[in-house]
Amino acid sequence: MNQTLSVIPNEPAITPELIAQHGLTPEEYERIVKLLDRTPSFTELGIFSAMWNEHCSYKSSKVHLRTLPTEAPWVIQGPGENAGVIDIGDGLAVVFKMESHNHPSYIEPYQGAATGVGGILRDVFTMGARPIACLNALSFGDPKHPKTRALVAGVVAGIGGYGNSFGVPTVGGEVRFDRRYDGNCLVNAMAVGLAETDKIFYAKATGIGMPIVYLGSKTGRDGIHGATMASAEFGADAEEKRPTVQVGDPFSEKLLLEACLEIMAKGCVIAIQDMGAAGLTCSAVEMGAKGDLGVTLDLDKVPCRETGMSAYEMMLSESQERMLMVLKPDKEKEAEAIFRKWGLDFAVVGETTPSKRFVVRHGGAVVADLPIKELGDEAPVYRRPFTERGKQAEIDPASVKAPVGIAEVLEALIGSPNLCSKRWVWEQYDHVILGNTVQRPGGDAAVIRINDGPKALALTADVTPRYCEADPFEGGKQAVAEAYRNLSAVGAKPLALTDNLNFGNPERPDIMGQFVGCVRGIGAAARALDFPVVSGNVSLYNETNGRAILPTPTIGGVGLIDEFTRSMTMAFKSEGEAILVIGGTRGWLGQSLYLRELCGREDGAPPPVDLAVERRHGDFVRSLIRDGLITAAHDVSDGGLLVALVEMAIASGIGAVLEAPSEVPAHAFWFGEDQARYLVTARNVEPIMERAKAAGVPVTPLGATGGALVSISGERPLRVADLKQRFEAWLPAYMVGSH
Amino acid sequence: MKSAVVVFPGINRERDMARALRLASGREPAMVWHADTALPAGTDLVVIPGGFSYGDYLRCGAIAARAPIMDAVRGFAAKGGLVLAICNGFQIACEAGLLPGVLMRNAQLRFICRDVYLRVERSDTPFTRGYNAGQVIRVPVAHGEGNYIADGETIARLESEGRVLFRYSSPDGMIDPNWNHNGAMNGIAGIINERGNVLGMMPHPENHVEASMGRTDGRGLFAGLLDHFKVAA
Repeated sequence: MNQTLSVIPNEPAITPELIAQHGLTPEEYERIVKLLDRTPSFTELGIFSAMWNEHCSYKSSKVHLRTLPTEAPWVIQGPGENAGVIDIGDGLAVVFKMESHNHPSYIEPYQGAATGVGGILRDVFTMGARPIACLNALSFGDPKHPKTRALVAGVVAGIGGYGNSFGVPTVGGEVRFDRRYDGNCLVNAMAVGLAETDKIFYAKATGIGMPIVYLGSKTGRDGIHGATMASAEFGADAEEKRPTVQVGDPFSEKLLLEACLEIMAKGCVIAIQDMGAAGLTCSAVEMGAKGDLGVTLDLDKVPCRETGMSAYEMMLSESQERMLMVLKPDKEKEAEAIFRKWGLDFAVVGETTPSKRFVVRHGGAVVADLPIKELGDEAPVYRRPFTERGKQAEIDPASVKAPVGIAEVLEALIGSPNLCSKRWVWEQYDHVILGNTVQRPGGDAAVIRINDGPKALALTADVTPRYCEADPFEGGKQAVAEAYRNLSAVGAKPLALTDNLNFGNPERPDIMGQFVGCVRGIGAAARALDFPVVSGNVSLYNETNGRAILPTPTIGGVGLIDEFTRSMTMAFKSEGEAILVIGGTRGWLGQSLYLRELCGREDGAPPPVDLAVERRHGDFVRSLIRDGLITAAHDVSDGGLLVALVEMAIASGIGAVLEAPSEVPAHAFWFGEDQARYLVTARNVEPIMERAKAAGVPVTPLGATGGALVSISGERPLRVADLKQRFEAWLPAYMVGSH
Repeated sequence: MKSAVVVFPGINRERDMARALRLASGREPAMVWHADTALPAGTDLVVIPGGFSYGDYLRCGAIAARAPIMDAVRGFAAKGGLVLAICNGFQIACEAGLLPGVLMRNAQLRFICRDVYLRVERSDTPFTRGYNAGQVIRVPVAHGEGNYIADGETIARLESEGRVLFRYSSPDGMIDPNWNHNGAMNGIAGIINERGNVLGMMPHPENHVEASMGRTDGRGLFAGLLDHFKVAA
């Protein structure tokens, strides 16, 4: 074997420079040589770099991810497969995951974002689920940065271009702006699918001598080294990496979906894995490694878009809309006929073997012969050193400058980039296709009916990165708690979450400290709220020229509603109803938007999250919704009480008359970002107060709905119509270059 | 009412349409594959649903218009059979020569998904008999190429022959550029052919047919068609 490999012609010699270009450290290379007991071939080096990069191996994050709670009686499949799976009763399962496509989207916004959506959709339907909804969480740089506007336009068009054509409603998410994303935007895409609990498909291959089948689009020279690119910081040469970005074809993906679901229904499939990062390499190795089997591939059988592709290029191509499957041998003909019907490529490209070796042939010669376990699930694992940031000082609300008037602050905040309406974005996404969208974008959580009902799913994506930077542990907790609140506010029982952890360079101890702290916080909250982590993705090296993004662990939450017609919305329903705030208000201004937008300060400790209180208040709000005691509910988060209240007013066109309690300074009361709070409206307050007392939940009356104004005693009243105008105006005006 | 829904690769609103037809008529429509050459015997209504047939590559609807099944659809229409073509279906019908004009990129050059208001111009057609003339309905749109354009002569004929059935309007029925999201000429959202048996429209009435989901403004179209066939039978 050594001899065969050493005589393959036309391959570059393995030099330290070549090793470094492949993102492998000298130590990792030593390990490869030791494993093989020889020098790897060029193709083998490429395969190792694809499998052992951060993106595919999770080598820096693995030891910490293992601490997350991943189990509950309703969890069918936790992390480690293409997506997580939970049981929602009636023989149905929800399959979901969120994944980043940050670096590609920065380099080529439209295709980067589009293929991010394509990748996450494949993860979901690979498991046998029909996608029923998508969400996304987008972080862009300062609106004034010269690249920001084009990135927003390209990313949004790309997400829409893929999802709209594929035919899945894109129903929710978040969009933020912060100068810390100037050189490195974040595009996190989440897909949710529906499957039957007894028809879930996995990547684990079983059986020896089984045919391995290549399905979908042809392999081209696009996306080579995409995963390696995603595992390194950006320098000034980021633009030159454009050839590593793939090009999406949602039409082929739609055909692939229909063909895959059809052959799954016909019982043809033993194992299936989509070709995502590191394409053919990663999918083949994972199928074999998970099944403790070897895999032999014959690259001469792989359908190619162009001639003369080398083994190296074929193994590292990230061409989109491709799948690898192990089929039942007696169903091969039937499966092939289905794929031909859909006009897709179908080729037997290899087989499973008993050897636990990953053998690749090309042009009649063996070009790689590697131990499959070490390549796959036994990749290097690092315990990187980390330093945790000390606690920030708490900010006394009384020490923060009071504004000229509450009305002025409200006007400024509601029209600010981070709090304004994101309608310009979500109107470019088809959010009504499939006819099951109960609550459209713009609310706390989207609500999607399951088939013809009565059940529905609530879906949300949340994180507050500035909290995470100030205190990673509290910030991690808060991201989970906010997702929990958003689901509870529409009346859904939170069931499980997916996490998309976006951080800087883990080789820097302070960044690693952010990661470790956030993961600990997520774990603590997920445990306390019975809200397990069932899937996720880690994106590290989000840095440009040594400057890291804000730590951004996006949480995608899924909750269940028993009766979709009873889901709760945030809009005021009629005049003369009582407005109540559930949860205590100390007026926490540390890391608030008030402090940042009005005082130009980004300091202080973020609001602490008391998980027992979160749970109690969430249970309380859901019980009020279930028993029909409230008419509207809204989570209180960024911007505090008054911003949340005005969002309820804008959603309905109905105003409010408000009174602030005097013990907290007015600006801290209205704009503080204390956690575990909800705003609700009710026609009858008595039963709520009684329940609250019994449950130990603080409930404070704030006033009543009515009129066309939002008026606070002693402050200048504001017309709801004017607030709405400010709320809606910023983003469209920004996108046409007006400011 | 026996309906047949034509499915091209890349069509994606066929399930929405099938549900609306099922709810209206109580029977499942037949799903007809693009490569078929005949419609099911006894078909009353052919529906070309929304989506991105063939990825909308080349030009929206251009490839689908040349699919094998379209000869059967053209033959069906030529004999007076009713054809309902929605969104991508409208684009396909224009490309297939069943309807005049063309659907260009939206004036703002962006895909737009939102509820819009439509003024129903006539109630004396099989497609609109479930509505009153002048009634305003609210239904969603979801398209990037819905900007209806035709030459002056064609527009004049469409108008003089009363072939515009739906027009984008304000909530109180005024034709106003501020309520025309895609820039379509004369606010045209839906037209019929000369014979009046082929309707093409951009909005999606099939997405507003269930009271439990919030709105039922799209139901009139399906209820009207059902009535039409009941009366005919």
